[in-house]
Amino acid sequence: MKGMTVIVKKTTQLIAGIIFLYGIYIILHGHLTPGGGFAGGVILAGSFILLILAFGSDFMHLLKEEKGSTIYENLAILAFLLLALTGLLAGGKIFFANWLPHGTPGELVSAGFMPLYNIFVGIEVAASILTIFLALVIFKEEILK
Amino acid sequence: MNPLIPLLVAIPLAGAFLTMILGRFITGIPRYMALATLLVLTFISFWLLVEGGTASSVYTPGGWEPVDGVPIGIYLIHDGFSALVLCIISVIGLLSVTYSISYMARYTSENYFYSLFCLMIAGMNGVVLSGDIFNIFVFLEISAISSYALVAFGVEKNELEATLKYQVLGAVASFMVLFAIGFIYWSAKTLNIADIRTAFSEGGYGINYILIQILLLTGFGLKAAIIPFHAWLPDAHSSAPSPISAMLSGVLIKAVGIYVIIRLFFNMFEITEGMAILITTLGALSMAVGVLLAIGQWDLKRLLAYHSISQMGYVIMSAGIGMILMARGLRSEIAALAITGGIFHMLNHAAFKGLLFLNAGAIEYAAGTRDLRQMGGLAKSMPFTSSTSLVASLSISGIPPFNGFFSKLIIIVAAVMGRFYFLAALAAVVSIITLASFMKFQRYAFYNKEQGKIGKEIREVPVPMLLSMITLAAICLLLSLLVLPGIRETVLAPATEILMDQAKYSSQITGM
Amino acid sequence: MTVYRLCFILFLTGLYGVITRRNLIKIAISLSVMEFSCFLFLALIGYRDGGVAPIVDMADPVKPYVDPLPQAMVLTAIVIGLATTAMLMAVIIRIYRKYGTFDIREIKNLRG
Repeated sequence: MKGMTVIVKKTTQLIAGIIFLYGIYIILHGHLTPGGGFAGGVILAGSFILLILAFGSDFMHLLKEEKGSTIYENLAILAFLLLALTGLLAGGKIFFANWLPHGTPGELVSAGFMPLYNIFVGIEVAASILTIFLALVIFKEEILK
Repeated sequence: MNPLIPLLVAIPLAGAFLTMILGRFITGIPRYMALATLLVLTFISFWLLVEGGTASSVYTPGGWEPVDGVPIGIYLIHDGFSALVLCIISVIGLLSVTYSISYMARYTSENYFYSLFCLMIAGMNGVVLSGDIFNIFVFLEISAISSYALVAFGVEKNELEATLKYQVLGAVASFMVLFAIGFIYWSAKTLNIADIRTAFSEGGYGINYILIQILLLTGFGLKAAIIPFHAWLPDAHSSAPSPISAMLSGVLIKAVGIYVIIRLFFNMFEITEGMAILITTLGALSMAVGVLLAIGQWDLKRLLAYHSISQMGYVIMSAGIGMILMARGLRSEIAALAITGGIFHMLNHAAFKGLLFLNAGAIEYAAGTRDLRQMGGLAKSMPFTSSTSLVASLSISGIPPFNGFFSKLIIIVAAVMGRFYFLAALAAVVSIITLASFMKFQRYAFYNKEQGKIGKEIREVPVPMLLSMITLAAICLLLSLLVLPGIRETVLAPATEILMDQAKYSSQITGM
Repeated sequence: MTVYRLCFILFLTGLYGVITRRNLIKIAISLSVMEFSCFLFLALIGYRDGGVAPIVDMADPVKPYVDPLPQAMVLTAIVIGLATTAMLMAVIIRIYRKYGTFDIREIKNLRG
């Protein structure tokens, strides 16, 4: 896949990092404000997709990236399941039990497991949307060959 | 709060994603991981069936207790009916995985196959356990999306076309269900099945109530392929790899279609006579039309797929007869008999249709064709496949002492006792046509003279495939023991009881 | 009441598109229309006139909040819709490679 013009490349360079940080902000404040793991994950994936579209990438590189993002996706969902299972093992044998201290509502570190769930959902969503995008691009590249 | 219940969903999910990671680094491990996952699931589901007995247990992930009798949070409910369906899911799943060890050796991307397989199992277990209608939708989609991918696993022309049809109709069905869920939430302000029942029993919803019922019946009817909505089933079930056909036909259409229809229309809605008559008509129609469409087929797997429609018609029809009798409020023992027959036939169909699809896969594996006209004389070269398929064919066409006979007998007896003479006669006639159709299959595949069109030496299939076929044939025989009094009361009666006793289902959740 | 009826009409429009269109991409778009009519319906159910976002303010906890449950349902349904659409698109690309067309009338190997 070819990249785009120098204007697009330069603008993307400037804003991709900010988009990435914004995604992390949305994920971390998921238990306090609207948004959360899914919305933040989509924004994270958006910054990656923007970079790939602007700068282009060759076929082998795309395949490698898809492998990496698949592994991140699987690891994130396994971590999520593990967090849910800790409730079964530790807190009174209840699946998905929120047994961490809840803290004061409204603070960044509060609500027990919720921020952790949000972080893993964010990684999962970002990785899986990137995987979907890469898989479709790889299909297209295969047709062109 | 039995901690084993959420594990039925969590273990296959973990298995699916571990398979994906480990399969990248260690070749050959995915099949054993899937096998181990399914073994554990089989053990857990049978343990819950034996230990649970007639009592049903409720599990709330997150530990959200009901407030003033109003349930909050998601409920997982394990009762007599879901226990049976969980058992058939894990048993057929286990045997299909055993079968795939040899069968899938000719395909690539082993880790994707087993990972999607575990994901499909997780979705079906979730649908069966869930006591919350939106949760049913979520798990329904998990199992549906993984089955779309599994149908297309060969990525050739036919597979892609089949999966396209399946996906478009499946997506329409899903959105109808989602819209109906929206309507339910709008009218009843709750998503819990038991609580929805309490809200609806106050009445006064008029046209919305009918619309919800029609949308849900259409949506899940599309998933279960009852007759006006059956267009996708023969393509999808005949194009998939054979272990997946066995899963789709043996388990998936039951777990996400028939099970949910029966559960919702018995335990969520008030039974009305109009809806009961509609369901009975649809069941009788799919029973008759399915078998008529099947009889002209020459493609082996397509023939079996049409028979799935027909056999599912029996289940829907007997549940409908039970509903009509319950709506009229008389002779509840005959209604119980009809519902028992339906559930029993559902179990039996899982066993013999799974076995028939595995046989078809074995024939395709050895002879390389699915066309009945090109086969012939396979009885000599494939003795085990031939004998197990004879068991399954006799069983599906209702010959004693195999399991299909007893369930069909119960259904017909219940129809006669409930004075549905036409339906009873129709069921008997359909059974005879089924017998004719399977005699054709047996004759052309195994006993005809060799056609010589295959042009290679045919050998019996490898041991793992034989093992799962022989086990299923034994299960076909053993399931007929369920009809004996004593065993029937402990296994089938709790399932019927939970469907008949509508107050009991909601009382175990709201605690009132 | 009218908005709910309009949602249902949008749903039926999508269904009409799925049934009548011949191009695979247009079928996928029609499915998305159906999907989004469901989301719109769910979001409208939870709406209340003058309601605020359902974040509990400790200083003044009793306020007219909009119903948060349909919003959670819409979010979950969007994730599912994303997976369905992605899967459908992947299959359509593969079909285009095998058959060389998007026309559904020319894709009919299976029949009977």
